[in-house]
Amino acid sequence: MFCDICGKDKATVHLTEIVDDQMTELHLCEGCAKKKSIEMEQQFGLADLLAGLTELGGQKADKDTLGLKCPVCHISYDDFRKVGRLGCSHCYDTFRKYLVPLLKKIHGSSQHLGKAPKMLYGVVKPSKIIREPRRESEIGVLKSQLQEAIKKENFEDAAKIRDRIRELEKKNGEGKK
Amino acid sequence: MILDNLVKHTSEWLKGTGPNSDIVISSRIRLARNLENIPFPQWADKKQAQGVLEEVFKASSRVDFLKNTLMLKMADLNNLDKQFLIERHLISREQAMKVDSKGIVVDQEEIISIMINEEDHLRTQVIRSGFDLFEAWNIINQIDDLLSSKLNFAYSDELGYLTACPTNTGTGMRGSVMLHLPALVITMQINKILSAVSKLGFTTRGLYGEGTQAQGNFFQISNQVSLGQNEEGIIDKLNGLIRQVIEQEEQARKLLINQKKAFLEDRIGRSLGILKSAYIITSQETTELLSWVRLGCDLGIISNLDRVKINELFILIQPAHLQKLEGRILDHGQRDVKRASIIREKLK
Repeated sequence: MFCDICGKDKATVHLTEIVDDQMTELHLCEGCAKKKSIEMEQQFGLADLLAGLTELGGQKADKDTLGLKCPVCHISYDDFRKVGRLGCSHCYDTFRKYLVPLLKKIHGSSQHLGKAPKMLYGVVKPSKIIREPRRESEIGVLKSQLQEAIKKENFEDAAKIRDRIRELEKKNGEGKK
Repeated sequence: MILDNLVKHTSEWLKGTGPNSDIVISSRIRLARNLENIPFPQWADKKQAQGVLEEVFKASSRVDFLKNTLMLKMADLNNLDKQFLIERHLISREQAMKVDSKGIVVDQEEIISIMINEEDHLRTQVIRSGFDLFEAWNIINQIDDLLSSKLNFAYSDELGYLTACPTNTGTGMRGSVMLHLPALVITMQINKILSAVSKLGFTTRGLYGEGTQAQGNFFQISNQVSLGQNEEGIIDKLNGLIRQVIEQEEQARKLLINQKKAFLEDRIGRSLGILKSAYIITSQETTELLSWVRLGCDLGIISNLDRVKINELFILIQPAHLQKLEGRILDHGQRDVKRASIIREKLK
């Protein structure tokens, strides 16, 4: 049997293609098969091939993915589709909408259940830190209370407030050193 | 070159010890890790990649497990050295190409190695002899903990470790077991087994990993899923599957012994005969014949030969090893002669 494309060499690769529910068989020589497989890769994108996502007619770049770029490494979603590799860890945020379904398809899940890096243990993530009331503003409040007490000639309270202010100012000074 | 010391001894994973070492050659676990805020190797510029290389070298030198290791820049190695590391399963083929800013950390026993700037910033691997995935996990888990307290790994609570390829996201873990399955090949059951393996979500590869052909009846089976299960769960499933494959191979071996003993003895005897007396031999022929001889040792048909010696030969007859042993570059023809002479010497 000779190659269906060039008709010259012996067909050694046998492909079954399904297009619109029509099954066609292709018998190719090695050279033509290589060319064909490069063509197919370009058509579908390596990432999709990897994930077995070559659903017919589906998952082509749409308007949303066009021009979508990772702000950190500047890789576009199309770059990823062609190469099958992401640019940096921030791509997972940028392309989240497309990656989560892809991950589900590959792994059957998109929720990590394994270990976490040691670096994270004992270090509270910034978003979770409950900010302490700023000392300066507390001093501000106390200062106006002091003015109030002096006005009312309530010197006992005024003295207490003054001591508290001095204490806080001293602490702040140490913190800044 | 420093690497010349390695050629003098056998990698730990070739020792032929450990559970089920008649059928299982080695158990390997690798973890893919990346540093936060730096593009993955394929997209990083030279300065960024160089920075990663230095940071990982620095962190490794401060990890107890990695105190007595070689730290090598791939760009400093010649082609022979790179091929040599591939043959010993310490680096991938990919790591030997476009060597700029790539590196490797490897311990003296060749149990632990870290590829730097391959597909991910770090690819840490631990190989053990025999069927011992949990022990490999135990070691690599500790190394990973230590490294992760010194390096800022890209990680999210939801998706786990963030890797260049989405097929590794999550645990970033791949467990692989290398099996010698001659009886399943002879009894023509291997394709049935391999297709069952892939239906269950595992992959099979040849002797030298991704994209390589099965040679000498060696097959690597590894997990494909890395997200949605924890590491122990993934290893447990892989273990269960491997145990079944081992059972199938054992049954096929029994069947052969009971029903085709003369055939087996003939093939094994002839293979040993050729290896002992050939003066020119290719690596492909050697690998095929050694596979028969190894089966002969396992089944007691050959009694006076050590399995370690056979395991060692599988590696020693590879092109870069031959040239290291000879101490000079050899062309194809010269290698076939050198190969035959080493085999004759070892099997005396």
